[in-house]
Parts: sequence; structure tokens; C-alpha cells
Amino acid sequence: MRRNKLSNAIILVVLAVLFILAPLLYPNQSVPFQMMAFMTLAQGVNLLYGFTGYLPFGYVGFFGSGAYGVSILVLLLHWSVIPAVIGGGLFAVVVALLLSPLLRLSGAYFSIGSLAASEIVYYVVSNPNMQNITQGPYGVNLAGIYDPNTSYYAMLVILLIFTAVVMYVKNSTFGMSLLAIKEDPVSAAMAGINVVRRRVAIWLASAFAAGLVGAVYGWYVSVFYPSSVFDLTISIFAIVFTLFGGGGTVLGPIVGTIVLYGLYNTIGVSSPQYFQLIYGLLIVVLVMFLPQGLTSLLKRRGINVP
Amino acid sequence: MSTFLFAVVSGILFGVFFSLMAIGLNFAFGVMKIVNLAHGDFVMLGAFGAYYALSTFGINPFATMIMEIVVFLVVGVGLYYGIIPRLLRSDDPEMLSLILFFGISQVIEALATLAFGTNPVTLPTNALGQLSFQLFGQAFESSWVISFLVSVVAIGLLYVYLYKTKMGIATRAIMANRDEAAASGIDVNRISAIAFGIALVLAAIAGTLTPFMLGGIYPSVGVNLTITSFSIIVIGSLGNPIGTVVGGLVYGLSLLLMQTYLSSWANMVPYVLLILILLIKPSGLLGKGARNA
Repeated sequence: MRRNKLSNAIILVVLAVLFILAPLLYPNQSVPFQMMAFMTLAQGVNLLYGFTGYLPFGYVGFFGSGAYGVSILVLLLHWSVIPAVIGGGLFAVVVALLLSPLLRLSGAYFSIGSLAASEIVYYVVSNPNMQNITQGPYGVNLAGIYDPNTSYYAMLVILLIFTAVVMYVKNSTFGMSLLAIKEDPVSAAMAGINVVRRRVAIWLASAFAAGLVGAVYGWYVSVFYPSSVFDLTISIFAIVFTLFGGGGTVLGPIVGTIVLYGLYNTIGVSSPQYFQLIYGLLIVVLVMFLPQGLTSLLKRRGINVP
Repeated sequence: MSTFLFAVVSGILFGVFFSLMAIGLNFAFGVMKIVNLAHGDFVMLGAFGAYYALSTFGINPFATMIMEIVVFLVVGVGLYYGIIPRLLRSDDPEMLSLILFFGISQVIEALATLAFGTNPVTLPTNALGQLSFQLFGQAFESSWVISFLVSVVAIGLLYVYLYKTKMGIATRAIMANRDEAAASGIDVNRISAIAFGIALVLAAIAGTLTPFMLGGIYPSVGVNLTITSFSIIVIGSLGNPIGTVVGGLVYGLSLLLMQTYLSSWANMVPYVLLILILLIKPSGLLGKGARNA
């Protein structure tokens, strides 16, 4: 336990130092910003997939809800930025609460059901009839609160918080009960675990992560469209980064994001198809030969992965 | 009133076409208990095949269809032997197959984007041939009617295969219980490989009709087609080919009625239908009892 705490503290410090220094060393601040955003999203997917086995293809629905939550709170209700960001995250939690019956489904049904749900949220937000509330398909302009530096550090704080949440879940009885539910929900229920309540709790936590990331993302870019914040690629990246690194670990999504998002920035921005081709092939290879992700290579050698 | 009748008849024409598009996904699921998330991408490839054959070489879509049937059968059988036996031996075949086919779908989409670009391509609707069809004093697009007829024939042939041929009966035995089918001497891998080939062939046939039914074709349309197909087979019950026709009709009618009366919300139809069915009657309209995916 003690060693775990030490390695967890080291991970948090390294992440903080890395992303505080990154804008000084790297000319384009938006690259480390987006890396933090995807890392947090990957940890959010990790919370759900790594500990319950639910793979949310529609995860981007919460991200978009967070971004639009901020825009509604700022533009219509004139909240100030920080409460609006937290409110944006809570928007996603409300959406998740409405969608919590999806948890009755399993496996492929849940994955595709959640994808359909996020598309519904997208079509509602982007519908021209919603123009008074969301500006419909025409996008949102938050120029009044534009502040790339503060929002950069806000994203760092969110990243550290949710990395810590994953650490807590991984080492707590709560996380163990989730793993028990994942293995065998019936036996877990018989051992006195409230299956529904715990699944809903982790589902809402995961949605809150994506909502906050979406909210800060909306703040950072300040101009966005429904098609950009509900872009399926966001779900796909978060899932692929998690799977690549390995779900159910703290380090997996971090390593996955650094390696693959780094690769994306090297080759993917100018020609995203090549990056899509590479991660498509990577997924195929992973499933065939390394279904537990990159970190399982260490685990197999008996090395404890935080 | 005539608008309503037009929407209903078009809904039926489209519904049967959508059934054809979805039935391959359902068939593969029924035989192998895997969800082929790349299904829509195979439909998209079939559509691009029809487009390039016609626009570059002037080949009639029906000739393309026959060529694609051969090609997709071979690809399907090859893909089966390459990945699926290994997958079915793993500890969680259902989830892993979902992730694996998601990877394949990304590969196909990436290659298609590299080959065809991202701009939608269209074909002239009269390229399928002319056939005048009137009902209730309304004229319907001949491409819709021809696609409908092709879909009826293809679904009918699948039915004949499943219920009237020896291999079809073996296929249904595998659908009922894979282990017992193997124990009774059926070459499970060979039959399943052919079934997967047939599933892709059905996707390809639907693909060659897609430019005429759905308009512009572009590489990333595959995801939407997969979700639409999945909605249809869930509506009509997984593993039940007749159910898919019911699902397709429900979907086609809902879509066309929405497009007629509430067009700005019509895009949501497949998603809303999917969620409603999943939450209210997860076994589908024709489903009996529980089922696992």
C-alpha cells in the first residue's frame, strides 16, 4: 500500500511538472492542452471500461454536453467562468443520469446504445429549432471569456483530479467491488454489493470527467460547433488511448495518450487517414496478441503497474 | 392524403432495402455471436465499387454486383479464417470482437479515404435502369423500385439457402448451438466461414444499391450505416432473419414519415428507435426470451 502511495504521488508530480513546463518548451500551447484533455478523457473511459467493462462509444456525448453547458450558463444565464465550467460538468452528469437505464444493457448493446444516445444529444443540440438555446448548427462564440492561459491550468487541475480519482478507485474497496461486479454481478450482489448503485456512481463520475473536460475545452477554444464537440473521433481517441495503454491501471491511459497522441501530432494533423490506419491496425494487433494493453507486458513479468 | 400514401409506399420500398443492408450483420451475429462493427464500411466499399465501375469503365451496376459477390465472398472467407477462430477461443469473444471489428472499420475507412477522398460522390439515379411504377396515382423513382426488387430477391435467396439447402440447415444448427453442431459432425469453421462470406456479400449487394437510395457516398458514411443496420436488427430481434425484414420496415416507414412531416428531426430516427427498443423491449419485436450479445 505504501509503495502504491509513493508511486501514485510520483505520477501526479511528474504529470504536473510535465504540463507546466510543456508550454515553455513547446511553441504551440494547444498541443499540450489537447494532450491533457485526451488524457483526462482516457482516464474517464478507464474509470468506466477498466473497472466495469462497459465500453462507451458515445462518450463524446458528455464532452459535448459539458461544452454546451458552459455556453448556456455563460451566454444565457451570465454566470462567471469557474462556476460555469463546474456547471458544464454537471450538465454532463444530468445527461448521464437520464441515460443511466443504458447500464441495463451489456456488451455490444451498451456500446452501440451509448453511441446512439450521444448522437441523439448531438441532433438535439444542433437542431435549427434549438437556435434560441444552443444556436443550433451555427456554433457558439464565447469570445467574452476567452482566456487560454487560465483554461490551460484549469485543464491541468482536472487532469490531476481525475488521475487521483482513478488511483483512489484502483486502491479502494469501492474499486474492488466494481471489479467483483465486472467478474460476476450475481455473486457480487450476493456478497452484499449494491450493483446498480455502484455502477451508476462510476458512470456518473466518468460522465463528470468528460463534462468538465468538454467545459474547459469550450472555454479554451471559445468558438466551437456541434459537429466539432460531438465529433465521434473524440470518443474513439479516448477509447483507443485507453485500450492501447491498458484499462484498469493508472498508467495505461497516460502512456497510451502520450504515445498515440504524440504520434498523432507527428503524422496525424496533416494526414489524419494515415493515423487512422495506424491505430486501426494497432487495435487489430492488440486484440489478437495483447488484449490487456501495453502495460500488461510489464504485469506479465511480475512488475506491479500502478 | 396522397403525401401520406407516398410516404408509406416509399417507406416500404426503403424499408426492404434497409432490411437487405442489415441482414448480413444479423446473419453474422446469429452464426458467430460477433458484432461486425465494420459492416457499414463493407456496404460503403460496395457502393464505391459501383461508383468507380460505372463512372470510370461504364460498367452496369448489375454487372458490378456480380463481380462484388465473388470478391466479397472470398474476402469474407479469408477474414474469417484469419481472425475469428482465434477470437472465439479467447476469454471474452463478444467484447474483443467488438473492439477488433472497430479496428477493422477504422482501417477500411482510412484506406477508403486515402483512395477516394472525403468528398461525397453520387451516381445518376437512372443508371439502374428504367421501370415505371405507379401506385395510388403516384409515380415512384424507378431506382427505388429496382432496389426494392433486388432486395426482395437477395433476402429470398438467403431464406432458400437457410431453409432448403443442406449447408443452410448446418448453418442453422450452428446458430442454435455451436458446440453441439460441432459434436454432430458439422464442419463448424467451414460453414461459419461461408456464412461470414455471405454476410459480406449481402452488404456488398446493398452497397451497390446505396448510391441510388441514399445519395452521396463518402468513406465515413460507414459508421452511420453500421448504426442504422444495428438499430434495424435490434428492432427486429437479433439472430432472426425474418425479424430483420420487420425491423427494416419499421425503420423505413418511421424514417419516411418523419422526413415528410418533421424533416428537421428525421436524422434522429435510427438512434431514437434503437434506444427505445433497447430500453423497452430489448429482445426486439419478434424476440422470444432473453438473449446475449
